[in-house]
Amino acid sequence: MSTLLKVDKMTHYFGGLRAVYNYNLNIEPEQITGLIGPNGAGKTTIFNLITGVYTPSEGSITLANENIKGLETNEIAARGLGRTFQNLALWRHMTVLDHIKMAHYSQLSYGLIGSFFNTSKCRQQESRVEENSYRLLELFDIKQHADQLVTNLPYGAQRRVEMARAMATKPKILFLDEPTAGMTPDELVQMIKIIRQVHMDFKVAIFLIEHRMKFVMELCQYIQTLVFGEIIAEGPPEEIQNNPEVIEAYLGKEDLT
Amino acid sequence: MEIARKFKHTFSYVPMLGWLLGVLAAVLIEYYWGYDYISYYLGLPKIPVLFGTLIMLKNPMMIPGAIGYDLIVYVIPILLIAKATAFFTNPVAAILEKTPLWVSALLHLTFFYGVLHLWAGINDYRVLVVKLTLISIILTISINVINGYQGEFSCSHPGFMAIGAYVSSIITLYFFVNDKTFGTAVLSSAIGPWLFPFALIIGGIAASLGSLLVAIPSFRTRGDYLAIISLAFMFIVKSAVENLNVIGGARGMGGQPDYAPLPVIFIWTILCIWIIHNFVTSIMGKALNAVRDDEAASESMTVKTRKTKMTAFMFGAFWAGIAGGLFAHVLTYINPGMFSINRLAEILAMVYFGGLNSIVGSIVGAVSINVLGEALRPLELFKWIIIPLILIFVMIFRPYGLISFKEINAKKLLRSKFKREQGV
Repeated sequence: MSTLLKVDKMTHYFGGLRAVYNYNLNIEPEQITGLIGPNGAGKTTIFNLITGVYTPSEGSITLANENIKGLETNEIAARGLGRTFQNLALWRHMTVLDHIKMAHYSQLSYGLIGSFFNTSKCRQQESRVEENSYRLLELFDIKQHADQLVTNLPYGAQRRVEMARAMATKPKILFLDEPTAGMTPDELVQMIKIIRQVHMDFKVAIFLIEHRMKFVMELCQYIQTLVFGEIIAEGPPEEIQNNPEVIEAYLGKEDLT
Repeated sequence: MEIARKFKHTFSYVPMLGWLLGVLAAVLIEYYWGYDYISYYLGLPKIPVLFGTLIMLKNPMMIPGAIGYDLIVYVIPILLIAKATAFFTNPVAAILEKTPLWVSALLHLTFFYGVLHLWAGINDYRVLVVKLTLISIILTISINVINGYQGEFSCSHPGFMAIGAYVSSIITLYFFVNDKTFGTAVLSSAIGPWLFPFALIIGGIAASLGSLLVAIPSFRTRGDYLAIISLAFMFIVKSAVENLNVIGGARGMGGQPDYAPLPVIFIWTILCIWIIHNFVTSIMGKALNAVRDDEAASESMTVKTRKTKMTAFMFGAFWAGIAGGLFAHVLTYINPGMFSINRLAEILAMVYFGGLNSIVGSIVGAVSINVLGEALRPLELFKWIIIPLILIFVMIFRPYGLISFKEINAKKLLRSKFKREQGV
């Protein structure tokens, strides 16, 4: 199988600050990869660089053998790179159903004129999208909230809305930015189940940033450790767990407290 | 409270058709007996044009008469007829429910227009008020696309309106009228009214091209800064027109043919409501909301945010241009002063009073501010104290306006209220 996402020697500067240095990443289809590192190491920056929010100063990024460096975020997303955000980025005036429908944007072809005059093509596509959206809502167990505003939902359900929304873009690879931030232990267990289920049902590759070691060790097949914008160690979970450098830079901190 | 509840309950069985019939009856009463009998015996000098508010404010002695007139002509007949005809309007509404929605909607609209035409036709002043109110509806809905759905604070609407008004006026004056500046008519004036929609549309397109000047900065800036840019745009348009002597400069431009009678404006208004409703309820249109609420998230969910912003501005400006064109051909005279800060205040008042992100809200806002403005005219200066006060209170109690975040549900609006009655 060919590599799905390949990042080669990516370096990025914010002014004079070197945020990411010589970063390499290979993600195979259906692989779950974790990115760990202390606060401020540049994990979210790497997400933003790959998803096109910033364009890296140096290096190349290819998704399914196509260059995606320099494309707009929406184009990259439409090519199969879905993501969730560290602090929920939901649309606060929109219902849950509208969230999922909106994520089908790139799959619509009726155009503006179609939407102005409500043509039959427009109606057909919209009803197909609605059907698909309900299926996703059911899968993520939020169908009962379909017509509510997202802001009225409990936190765990909001997280699920975000996941469902990301899946509606039909991603080949899913980026999860701290999917368990602020969750209770119960919700955490549920989240692991959901991520496993998404992984199985949709056959997507997953790339996630996480702080909770238990979560990362349990889910990921491959882990990278980032410190000050540089990878200090990478490998399967067992290796990372026992790597002295990682323990010093990241896990060691937790031991002190 | 008990009475109000009972009252509401009694009339909850009346379908839209019943209310329309009631209004028709009221208008017929006014049409045939309003002047000769009712206003004569109540001691009113003539038929009260806007529900007697003008007379009441000018001469407080007339208050009982005007209220009596409203009761006799409007309130009592409407309620009575609406209730009394429920036995057959409900089955008719039920039949209409089985037809496609557009048939039913079209029939209701035609009926509504007939009643409106009759009501307005009683007095020339009413015709003008209704025309300007309908144009305000177009303006308010179109600014709602930018300020409500897209969530930018754009102040350039009078500028868009001016572009539309001037461009369409130039076209009609050049082609269909023997004018001082533009020479003799190029085409026969007989076909003018038929080609008038094209003149309007070209005006709208010109306005939407002009809106790019505001739309493109909106890619990078939001909020206060964009508001200032859009305000600057409005003043640029105004000063540009003032300094172009070809189109009259500050003296303005007159002599437009009267191509905008009530039915034409009504059709344009309905068209505007229909198209904008379609747009904002489609996924393409809801992308506006998504971009407003979280731009980064929208980008990641494949939404083309730049295209969406440009669409919002160009689409809003297009309808503002149409409204401007209609406005020019209603008044048959325009000058740059009409499209300045006063107009902006009026438009913003209408949209924020009525409610953001809602077409119904915009209609309510446009109608209430317009009718209120006309009704309070005799108060002169005090009008500009009362209307802003009302606005302040609305903003305190409903920060997003009277009716916000609500869309029209035509099916629910027009359905028969019969089934619920039988169900009991």
